[in-house]
Amino acid sequence: MLNDALLLAAKDLRVERRSRVLTGQVLPFGLIVLILFGFGISPDRRVVEAPDRTVLEQVAPGLFWLAVLLSALLALGRSFAIEAVDGNLDALKLTGLDPAGVFLGKALAIWLELLAIELLLGVGSLALYGATITHPLLLLVTVLAATTSIAAAGTLYAALASGLRVRDTLVPLLVLPVLAPVLLGATLATEAALFGPAGDGWPWAGLISTFAVLYLGAGMVSFGVLLEET
Amino acid sequence: MTATEESATSLEQTVAGATSSRFSQVFGTLTATMLAVFLLFALVFSPPDVSQRDAVRLFYIHVPSAIVALYLAFGITFVASIMYLRKGTDFWDLLAGSSAEIGVLFCAFMLGTGMLWGKPTWGVYWQWDPRLTSTAISFVLFAGYLAIRRLDLDPTVRSRRAAVLGIIGFLNVIVVRQSVQWWRGLHQGQTLDLVDSQLSGMHYFSFFLGLVSMTMVFGWLLLHRFRVAWLETQADAATLQTALAERQAEAADYTARPPDTGGPTTTETEGI
Repeated sequence: MLNDALLLAAKDLRVERRSRVLTGQVLPFGLIVLILFGFGISPDRRVVEAPDRTVLEQVAPGLFWLAVLLSALLALGRSFAIEAVDGNLDALKLTGLDPAGVFLGKALAIWLELLAIELLLGVGSLALYGATITHPLLLLVTVLAATTSIAAAGTLYAALASGLRVRDTLVPLLVLPVLAPVLLGATLATEAALFGPAGDGWPWAGLISTFAVLYLGAGMVSFGVLLEET
Repeated sequence: MTATEESATSLEQTVAGATSSRFSQVFGTLTATMLAVFLLFALVFSPPDVSQRDAVRLFYIHVPSAIVALYLAFGITFVASIMYLRKGTDFWDLLAGSSAEIGVLFCAFMLGTGMLWGKPTWGVYWQWDPRLTSTAISFVLFAGYLAIRRLDLDPTVRSRRAAVLGIIGFLNVIVVRQSVQWWRGLHQGQTLDLVDSQLSGMHYFSFFLGLVSMTMVFGWLLLHRFRVAWLETQADAATLQTALAERQAEAADYTARPPDTGGPTTTETEGI
């Protein structure tokens, strides 16, 4: 199963490396979202309770995760668009790979792509919104757990909408409400990692870790049903 | 009379009776009576609340519709989805779909009455109350479920995907509710509990009537929605059979002609 997963993840990443959609389209999209957030929230406005901080810096964690989520939608759509053409999905079924392995492979590729996106957007957020990290360990755990959650739940729901003409509009509708708790938890945990105290953030990091484990399990169990269908 | 004509006639007979039966007529009358009694208690008999005054009357219909949508309707979808994946019969699939549809309706009703209630109670329509917020997210979640059900796909594929979504979606509703509750709890202490005013026995009795009548309305709607869905699948099957029979008749006509007209041989058309 793990071998199947690695095989499939390597395939997806090879496609990305050659087509350069991730670096050429998804990453610039995330950056422009970060910049536009700055337009929406005037950069000079200061927080009333903490006048040394701008509003933009205060809400940076939420904006960062929103930008990640929106970029993730593009990456997810892309991940299943490459399977939809030329009867690739049928070919995938014919390979006899373990469905749970297929799920883990797709999720793993998305996970690595998301980490690349988050690295760039994270540096971008720190530079554009002027935030500083005070609790790196909490931030690291939050990022890993939230990325796993987005990759696992996203892969599962994108598969539900795969092979359809309306996929592009359906995936966001399905994925965004499902990931609402992750956005909430990741934002609050990141807030704690930036402004402290860290104790406020750990329960939320725990919540998204649980979410990640649940969706990894759900995906591995149900992917067989979704793959064998047609 | 051929088999196709027979099934078409039986379908027409079913349609002629619409979706009502003796049971649903009696049940519908009971539901309407119950609703009338409920409205009488909710609007006339029960006194205005000390602090909320007449706004308290929304509570009788707002909270029951939330309970019916989130627990009863989506709960039925959850169980029926599991049963569909186990048994694979149309019954469970249609039950899951019908229940989710009415659940979304009740969800929208809950959000609407909740906002109307928020205005006189809080002074604003939206207060980021944990229950309202999580219901709004659940509403969109199940709207996505209904979108999957309407897709132009092979029926079995569609039903199976919907079943997976129905199961995970319901579990996700619980996660959403817990996390939103936790979020609001941390930020502003306990939010204003709407049920917290000094309610008398009459208020609770009206609320209880509301719960019973909303559950009955749900049951009645579910019964009819399920029958409509069932008739739709019957109609689809009948249309397909009629079309098949027509094509077969055409083919038989064609092959019956003398061979010198250049028609295909029997073996070529047998596969139709």
